[in-house]
Amino acid sequence: MEATIEVTGLRKRFGPTAALDGMTFTVTPGRITGFVGPNGAGKSTTMRVILGLDSADEGTALIGGLRYRALRNPLSHVGSLLDAGALQPSRSARGHLLWLAHSQGLPARRVDEVVDAAGLATAARRKAGGFSLGMRQRLGIAAALLGDPPVLIMDEPFNGMDPEGIVWMRGLLRSLAAEGRAVLVSSHLMSELQDTAHHLVVVGRGRVIADTSVADLIAAASGDRVTLRTTARAQAMTVLAQAGAVVAATGPETLTVSGIGSQRVAGLLGRAEVPFSEIGAHRATLEEAYMELTRDAVEFPAGGAR
Amino acid sequence: MTGTATATPYRSARHTGRDGFLRTLHGEWTKFRTVRGWVIGTVAAALVTVAVGLLGAAGSSIACSGPDGGSCDHTPRTGPGGEEVRDAMTLVHRSLTGDGGITVRITSLAGLYAPGGRAQVGAGPGTGMVAGLQPWTKAGVIVKDGTKEGSAYAAVALTGGHGVRMQYDYTHDLAGTPGAVSASSPRWLRLTRAGDTLTGYDSTDGTHWATIGTAHLAGLPATVQMGLFTTSPEYVVTSGSFSGSSYGGPSKATAAFDSVALRGRTGGAWTGDLVGGPDRGPGAGGSDLGYKESGGTYTLTGSGDVAPQVPGRGSPGKTVETTLVGAFAGLMVVAVIATMFVTAEYRRGLIRTTLTASPLRGRVLAAKAAVVGAVSFATGLAAAAVAVPLVEAVEKSKHFPMYPTPFATDVRIVVGTAALFAVTAVLALALGTVLRRSAGAVTTVVVAIVLPYILAVAAVLPAGPSRWLTRLTPAAAFAVQQSVHQYAQVSVDYTPADGYFPLSPWAGFSVFCGYAAAAVAAAAVLLRRRDA
Repeated sequence: MEATIEVTGLRKRFGPTAALDGMTFTVTPGRITGFVGPNGAGKSTTMRVILGLDSADEGTALIGGLRYRALRNPLSHVGSLLDAGALQPSRSARGHLLWLAHSQGLPARRVDEVVDAAGLATAARRKAGGFSLGMRQRLGIAAALLGDPPVLIMDEPFNGMDPEGIVWMRGLLRSLAAEGRAVLVSSHLMSELQDTAHHLVVVGRGRVIADTSVADLIAAASGDRVTLRTTARAQAMTVLAQAGAVVAATGPETLTVSGIGSQRVAGLLGRAEVPFSEIGAHRATLEEAYMELTRDAVEFPAGGAR
Repeated sequence: MTGTATATPYRSARHTGRDGFLRTLHGEWTKFRTVRGWVIGTVAAALVTVAVGLLGAAGSSIACSGPDGGSCDHTPRTGPGGEEVRDAMTLVHRSLTGDGGITVRITSLAGLYAPGGRAQVGAGPGTGMVAGLQPWTKAGVIVKDGTKEGSAYAAVALTGGHGVRMQYDYTHDLAGTPGAVSASSPRWLRLTRAGDTLTGYDSTDGTHWATIGTAHLAGLPATVQMGLFTTSPEYVVTSGSFSGSSYGGPSKATAAFDSVALRGRTGGAWTGDLVGGPDRGPGAGGSDLGYKESGGTYTLTGSGDVAPQVPGRGSPGKTVETTLVGAFAGLMVVAVIATMFVTAEYRRGLIRTTLTASPLRGRVLAAKAAVVGAVSFATGLAAAAVAVPLVEAVEKSKHFPMYPTPFATDVRIVVGTAALFAVTAVLALALGTVLRRSAGAVTTVVVAIVLPYILAVAAVLPAGPSRWLTRLTPAAAFAVQQSVHQYAQVSVDYTPADGYFPLSPWAGFSVFCGYAAAAVAAAAVLLRRRDA
């Protein structure tokens, strides 16, 4: 089976609200695809539809060309982590993995392997009800890895993890992608994916806003803006504005210039003998790019009327 | 392609083999056994079943007082089929060796009974007894394996209210010519023996005979007793008020026979016996029970019954199902666990994990039902197999008479109780799947099973509504624990409160299975249709 997730034209309504409004994207093997968007953008619903848990009103979600319900021993095709809290509190971590293994015809030995891989060896026989959220995430990862699947789907796996756990999770996801697996990871915080994802599917209001590589997204958000550092801020603003540039003061000694390139800025300032210490193309953060994209798609913007 | 994608998709080295129901089942079984509370709860369900039965037995007491000084010792008389029987009559007999027969004419049958049950049977006329026949007063001819109580027999008799009947070995009853007898319209009765086969006939003119039926009394010895008998059972009054009750009193009957004709190798002289006496009848002095012979006319006065002994309210005897009163409590525990087996998943969102592991939802429901059904069956089987002999032993140690039941009935009751546990668990699981909430599902199970059972069996409602409840509601299932039998030829108050369900054991259980099947079907449809 080819390890590809193809989501095509998914639509789903919950009463008057369109949770999914033509969601379309593809997750390819060998890289981490970040699935980002504000809360309520339809990330979890899309994942539930992919996993055959929710049915879409329209559209298809295929894994290697098959609907999830058509998969046999599905955990060997797709590993998923939707809700780390989905545990019977009185069952031990090992018990949880054991019933999953048995349901797939996997031996108990495989449980021990994933327990070790998730760093749960010392806690495996404890009741899952006593686990911290971070440990539950590790248990969820162990469950997702149980069938050694070529496709992984994880909903907010960084939630509740301590910094050490986040570093571990990033390393794990990268190595899984490096092995040639397709990895889809959702987050409502772009910063979590900044140094993790190779590719991004940005969603808002049930549809895809951007489907691009991380580098392209940042380049697009950066535009042709130039960042300038100067002690003579007022002088510089006058000179550049006369040349037709749009200038914005972003700090006591920094300006952002758009409309003209960095070479032209340097030339103008040199001719006018305005001193400057630094000049360069503006590089947007992923966070900025994301904010830009999702400005219109945020369901409940901060400060907005609820 | 953008980004740092590598070209080779991942291939697992793992071979998982074929998918199937057994894997889902294995997963669900592991799921069940890895929650200690459920395993402990299952053991508790068995223990509580036994404990409540023992508690009932330990709390019971029986005290006997009477003219003889109050011994409660009760030795049950059992018939050829192993069930408890009554065998009390006035019998006039001779021996018969080999094949033969008896023919008589019966010219009168009259009875007396004591309304309110106050008079002594043997006290004679004028001491509170009034004239009247009981419906199952019997007078006729009989072939019997000796005069010991409970021995095999076949008889053709005229009854007080059901015409001529052929009855044999206590539990069998065949209808002959209907109608009553009088001096102007006598009745002829005939019973013939050929080996093990006895054939009954009746006639209204002594010329034209009608065959009533035949009985095969296996193992009947060559020499048997053949003759005339008369007996008359207690009369029964059933009041139909709330928590209706019945009471009754003794009766006796006198019948006159003539034209007695015997066939075959008969021996000995005519001998009169009060079978089942003397404790069944009055004391020797002043008794008018017995027989007189004058000019070929035999007049027999008898009291008692030749019929199965049926337990009922007010009788001190305990039936085997009373040892299983605790099944109730056990069922509730099982229902709670079975409900939790699915509702706990909904509560935590674990159902999504389950359905990603096994996307075929009907298969998941079937696997869950198989697990809780099998676990509950084993629980019910262990509980009933322990409770029945243990509680019986306690009751016996307290001198409670136990109604004997054939072994096959005991097995049916124990296995039936196990099946009751299993189907209750499946029903609870299905309701839990439909409602997705423990409280609602458990409440529904209790309302569906326990409420009608209590209303009907604890005699809260009168007999009529009780019968409907135990026929139509899931409480019909408790019929599977019924050891008692309803006999048309014995008049007692056959109500659910007395342990008599309107449906046969497996028919009642099927009603319950119908409910469970409907719930499972609804659960399967909703589980498939709804988002998880």
